[in-house]
Amino acid sequence: MSIIEERNEQWRTDLRKSMKAKERTEIPRVHMPELDAEYRSHSRLEEVNLGLTPEMAMIEAKRCIDCADPTCMQGCPVRIYIPKFIKNIERGEFLEAAKTLKETSALPAVCGRVCPQEKQCEEQCIYLKMKKESVAIGHLERFAADYERESGNISVPEVAPANNIKIAGVGSGPAGLAFAGDMAKLGYEVVVFEALHEIGGVLKYGIPEFRLPNEIVDVEIQNLQAMGVHFVTNCVVGKTISIQDLEDEGFKGIFVASGAGLPRFMNIKGENLVGVMSSNEYLTRVNLMDAANPESDTPVFKGKKVAVIGGGNTAMDSVRTARRLGAERAMLVYRRSESEMPARLEEVKHAKEEGIEFWTLHNPIEYRGNKQGRVTHMLLQAMTLGEPDESGRRVPVEVSGKTELIEVDEVVVSVGVSPNPLIPQSVEGLEVTKWGTVVVNNETMQSAIPIIFAGGDIVRGGATVILAMGDGRRAAKAMDEWLKK
Amino acid sequence: MAIRHIFSTFALCLKNPVIRMNKIISKEYFSANVVKFEVEAPLIAKARKAGHFVMVKVGAKGERIPLTIADADLQKGTITLVVQKMGVSSSKLCALEVGDFITDMVGPLGRATHIENFGTVICACGGVGTAPMMPIVAALKKVGNRVIIVLAARTKDLIILEEQMRALSDEVIVMTDDGSYGTQGLVTKGVESVINREKVDLCVTIGPAIMMKFVSLLTKKYEVPTLASLNTIMVDGTGMCGACRVSVGGKTKFVCVDGPEFDAHLVDFDEMLMRLGGYKDIEQEEMEQYSKQ
Ligand SMILES: Cc1cc2nc3c(=O)[nH]c(=O)nc-3n(C[C@H](O)[C@H](O)[C@H](O)COP(=O)(O)OP(=O)(O)OC[C@H]3O[C@@H](n4cnc5c(N)ncnc54)[C@H](O)[C@@H]3O)c2cc1C
Ligand SMILES: Cc1cc2nc3c(=O)[nH]c(=O)nc-3n(C[C@H](O)[C@H](O)[C@H](O)COP(=O)(O)OP(=O)(O)OC[C@H]3O[C@@H](n4cnc5c(N)ncnc54)[C@H](O)[C@@H]3O)c2cc1C
Ligand code: SF4
Ligand code: SF4
Ligand code: FES
Repeated sequence: MSIIEERNEQWRTDLRKSMKAKERTEIPRVHMPELDAEYRSHSRLEEVNLGLTPEMAMIEAKRCIDCADPTCMQGCPVRIYIPKFIKNIERGEFLEAAKTLKETSALPAVCGRVCPQEKQCEEQCIYLKMKKESVAIGHLERFAADYERESGNISVPEVAPANNIKIAGVGSGPAGLAFAGDMAKLGYEVVVFEALHEIGGVLKYGIPEFRLPNEIVDVEIQNLQAMGVHFVTNCVVGKTISIQDLEDEGFKGIFVASGAGLPRFMNIKGENLVGVMSSNEYLTRVNLMDAANPESDTPVFKGKKVAVIGGGNTAMDSVRTARRLGAERAMLVYRRSESEMPARLEEVKHAKEEGIEFWTLHNPIEYRGNKQGRVTHMLLQAMTLGEPDESGRRVPVEVSGKTELIEVDEVVVSVGVSPNPLIPQSVEGLEVTKWGTVVVNNETMQSAIPIIFAGGDIVRGGATVILAMGDGRRAAKAMDEWLKK
Repeated sequence: MAIRHIFSTFALCLKNPVIRMNKIISKEYFSANVVKFEVEAPLIAKARKAGHFVMVKVGAKGERIPLTIADADLQKGTITLVVQKMGVSSSKLCALEVGDFITDMVGPLGRATHIENFGTVICACGGVGTAPMMPIVAALKKVGNRVIIVLAARTKDLIILEEQMRALSDEVIVMTDDGSYGTQGLVTKGVESVINREKVDLCVTIGPAIMMKFVSLLTKKYEVPTLASLNTIMVDGTGMCGACRVSVGGKTKFVCVDGPEFDAHLVDFDEMLMRLGGYKDIEQEEMEQYSKQ
């Protein structure tokens, strides 16, 4: 059925007519209930957002006017059929809503939580043209997905009869998981190889529990296992086994989704002092290794004066983690102004409520330490915004002579990551850009070596969960077509 | 759904989740604090080369620690690890017995040692650096090098693998700090005696950072090219975190992916020593907790 035909179905028409558009637009946007800011700034594991009640969700769903031309969908990288799932919530068919989400998204409970909605679906909502707050698409998506999971009625998708063709995935982040799910549905025998001892990629080792509980990712993984997907952890493709080994063992297609795992540093003085570390190290210790738990053997510094450098989601996650581990001063240092911050809007708001100090328009130029080599101070350079560069963002420039020395006992550097070099290094003939990303056909995600497809951060540099997932799905479709040729 | 006729161990694991990997099939004490394990790991055994290491984790809440692959047996599908008890994680590992499983083990990681016929090579190893040196010695011999080993330890009881090293190399010089065995003196004294008596083309050193620092200072004086295998703190071991970073020739390098071996004369050992001490306080606390149990 086309989108228009679906929109013309009786129930949708009736629902639309049940309330005037004007009345719908007068309803104020729902507020997501959340944990008290003071309480949660000491609680490491509890999720900040508590989720909508069915009543709240149904009221919020009424706000959506079921546009004939749903511009919101243009903003969603995987084109979730937004009005259809929202209207299902409005009429109380929550499981139907979840099903609609799953037609296009493999991980709606995750994306509902972590998508930068304000720059994607919600940015294109008609409400913004009316100078009103957009429909809370993300909150509603999360509601429907959570409802389904909590109802115990998760439908394991139907799997086509086994075709006995073996397919490998490299990396178990969102791209790899989405790919595996789609290939399993098509009847392929899928094995996903993961370098770490846990499955889930950044969803597990990067994004903290207070934003994305592991349990939610685990449910998705169990679902995939129920569909027959195998996971092999502790296996580094390119080291433990090679791409050639996989071919020799009869794998007919390989999807590389090895992510952007290489942390960048700024190469400034004192960056190798004890107590200065990458956000990958910090978050891996806390999330993957559970280092803040007394039971865990992995140590982590619990700094009292912690500075986090950067303005993205990773920086925000690090600084909020530091606060939760007991930092009296948790400072975010960002060289541009707040409006340029790449982090999700909601995280910025939450961080502020939790007492994070924002040092915008500042850039570290040096770290100083004591005799033992532990960091004790950071030297910040004041910045101002100059002319826009090619990308349209205004370039930060130094305010000459204006610096500030601040006491710190821990610094987390979160200024970006580069593509994981392991696969590009170990596969001859793979086309790679100067940034280290794998070159693929944009439509099919196929690389210069036909058996290898790739997607997610290894192709895009740093991107988002939904884009990675979308790549996985596109690669699955294209690989299936290629194999059938 | 089974994966047929592939990676024997994988296939077994996939079919039967009760069968696990990383089974310990032998355990031997070299001294009270140094244990040799043979561990079932056919894929790692097949892929590893001299100089590679594995990351090992014991228990669900265990820490990931790096250990060099001292040897491998392709027939049996096993690798050999030689572990020295340092803190909690190495002690937990050393407490495992034959038949137990290592919870997680991944590898081979790092860059393999660059092996060619250099001529005469001194391998200077101290303490637990001896075990990781073994595969390097074997590989160097295989391509025709003359290999002289300087084995050093504080005292006689801490000298390990002497017999195995004698079998592999052309000569073994034993040094003890207290003179209880071999020649009295530090590892550097042994190295210097060889340099003074014949032309040396390369020196390889593995051991505590402080020892490598002094070996490096010595060979620099005599202009003998030197490789040091660095044992920094690691978390993932795959280039993801940067915990293992060191300055080499003024550039930041990640030991787990760019190393572990580097031109010793370019390594900033003082910075490395400083970074190694980073978690000392927390680790001591954890060790006290563990010892109480
Ligand atoms: C802290 C943090 C917070 C973020 N917050 C958000 C957010 O709020 N919203 C959002 O949309 N995006 C966010 N992102 C970005 C998002 O998580 C990534 O874009 C996304 O996870 C990329 O997915 P991926 O599948 O390409 O790779 P990853 O999730 O990075 O997964 C790659 C996996 O491959 C494994 N691997 C690598 N090499 C090999 C190999 N050779 N063999 C086997 N396995 C290998 C890795 O161990 C890893 O598990 C965040 C990222 C971080 C780090
Ligand atoms: C590439 C590589 C290969 C290695 N190979 C081997 C090997 O084959 N056999 C082996 O026994 N060990 C090896 N090590 C060292 C081993 O990883 C550490 O001893 C181990 O991580 C200590 O963990 P722990 O929790 O038991 O002790 P911790 O509690 O971490 O440490 C106890 C004490 O030892 C100090 N310490 C920790 N690590 C080191 C180190 N690397 N050098 C000097 N002092 C340290 C700490 O500062 C602390 O005071 C290797 C290290 C690297 C990086
Ligand atoms: S997947 Fe993300 S962008 Fe798409 S509708 Fe959901 S929240 Fe919006
Ligand atoms: S643009 Fe807004 S109002 Fe229109 S369908 Fe999309 S969510 Fe509903
Ligand atoms: S141990 Fe993490 S990058 Fe080397």
